[in-house]
Amino acid sequence: MSEPRTLLAIDHVSKSFGRVTAVDGISLDIRENEFFALLGPSGCGKTTLLRMLAGFETPNDGRILLDGRDIARTPPNKRPVNLMFQSYALFPHMSVRANVSYGLEMECLPASEIRSRVDAILATTELVSFADRKPEQLSGGQKQRVALARALVKRPRLLLLDEPLGALDKKLRGAMQLELKRLQHEVGITFVIVTHDQEESLVMADRMAVLKDGRLLQCDTPHAIYEHPADRFVADFIGVMNFVPGKAAADGVLAGNGTRIAGKVPPKLGPGASAVASVRPERIRLFPSVETANRTTGTVEALAYQGLDLQLHVRTPLSPKPFLVRVTADAADRRPVSSGDQVELGWDAADVRIFAE
Amino acid sequence: MAPALVWLTALMVVPCALVLALAFFRRGIYGGIQYTFTLENFGLVFDPLYAGIFLKSARIAGTATLIAVVIGYAAAYAISAAPRRLQPVLLFFAVLPFWSNYLIRTYAWIVLLNREGLITQLLRWFGYTGEPPSMLYTEGAVIAGLVYNYLPFVILACYAPLSRLNPELAEASRDLGASAITTFRRVILPLTVPGIAAGAVFVFVLSIGNFVTPALLGGGRFQMIGNLVYDQFLTANDWPFGAALAMVLIAIMLLVLMAQALAADRASGRAAQVSGGADG
Repeated sequence: MSEPRTLLAIDHVSKSFGRVTAVDGISLDIRENEFFALLGPSGCGKTTLLRMLAGFETPNDGRILLDGRDIARTPPNKRPVNLMFQSYALFPHMSVRANVSYGLEMECLPASEIRSRVDAILATTELVSFADRKPEQLSGGQKQRVALARALVKRPRLLLLDEPLGALDKKLRGAMQLELKRLQHEVGITFVIVTHDQEESLVMADRMAVLKDGRLLQCDTPHAIYEHPADRFVADFIGVMNFVPGKAAADGVLAGNGTRIAGKVPPKLGPGASAVASVRPERIRLFPSVETANRTTGTVEALAYQGLDLQLHVRTPLSPKPFLVRVTADAADRRPVSSGDQVELGWDAADVRIFAE
Repeated sequence: MAPALVWLTALMVVPCALVLALAFFRRGIYGGIQYTFTLENFGLVFDPLYAGIFLKSARIAGTATLIAVVIGYAAAYAISAAPRRLQPVLLFFAVLPFWSNYLIRTYAWIVLLNREGLITQLLRWFGYTGEPPSMLYTEGAVIAGLVYNYLPFVILACYAPLSRLNPELAEASRDLGASAITTFRRVILPLTVPGIAAGAVFVFVLSIGNFVTPALLGGGRFQMIGNLVYDQFLTANDWPFGAALAMVLIAIMLLVLMAQALAADRASGRAAQVSGGADG
């Protein structure tokens, strides 16, 4: 298999508003046909970055190369890039069909071609029966599909989506996540989605970038970021993580109570440096039947059934915060625990990630 | 409700009814009123001489409306595009002239447009040596005075829908490939038409019946309907004819207002129908 082609290269792009730096020297490559997520807490610069890709903001510094051509200063109406707005921004005085046709009319295409392309995209997005409705006659999910159809019908090289599922309720959001992924495969267009919801990007993205304070912290596949977070912030932001603060030692972290948490110490952490050892809840075994490198005992403070699995909050001497442990329903059935029970926890050194504090 | 009704009856309905009644009587030989029924006064309104003044008034009011809408919309657009916290300040300056009296504001224009007024002096300062331009006592001066006096209404009426417009709509239009001009024509303008219509009706109705501005800036011979009505009551002493003119003027204003109300009603009626359809 050949190396996937780079579609969009963001090259040391910076943007500041007055004295506030929104995007600080970000470099990223987005590949042809991938579903890429820009993830970060609010104020991390992801929306500013997206607006620069769409052409609504001009970078102070750096280049944005689309198919090798710098588009950083190209106005939005002259770029083969379309944006699906968070508010959807449907034209309220136009019908669904007129909204979707608008972008093609701007390309001065023949009426027959506009008609057939609009019909096709309305069919793909299951909007045919709503074609003559005005936006205010549509539900949230329908509006979202119109916004998507309106952008997709232009057949952009790159489709940008700003928090596309933010306005939908939780159940609909889950369905639309899969729907968006299906559509992306069907139309074969590169999607870049901005979201603050780490779960959403884990589900949808082929690759994702984690941003904080205008900087890029990590860019990789969801699996790689989940399993090997670049730093403490990413580890905490993506998924759920248990942290044990302490001091770096030769082959682990010495917790406050003197317990050694075995794990691989990154080379830049010298002995005695403030460090934190971390482990995912699903990597911790309850009453381990085999020998594990790390072991502790604790008291169950609370438990929550979540259907497929059981979540335990276990107070341990290792950290001020209780440990979160995820046990499968099967395991919980074999050896039931309840609040107040003493339990034994164990996990392997290979599942421990150690970061600078 | 009841106090308002008393107010309306005492201050609007009764005086209007009196004027209306007056229009159906004859003028006495030495002025005064002769209480015999006639339709002559209304016949006279449609005499080419007076109908011409109606048409001229409508033309002047229409021109003033057009100019006020263009300038007022542009000003409102600029204000709505300014930073959020600056907007109230800019609006305050836009309506600032209202704080002084209408007459004083109109007199200020005499100072400006006079043969040796500020504009002429300014031209001289720039090296102009020819005859001072005659600007005062022209139709242009009357239109300028009307536009100036009613501009704040248009600015306020247009600012309301412009400031409510979601800025992402214009961005979406640009994103879909439209130029700035196309975006304005196809998205911004259609969504702000109600404000334009409200402002325009305001200027037109206030302008067509105006008599102060044409009297001061149009000079003695310049007549609009307002001046004609004024003359009939206070100079010619023909109250019945003045009343008939006033009634026709009121009828024209009512027609314009009703047309606008009907259009606005149909627009909101469509919206109501639309939301009703969404439930079904």
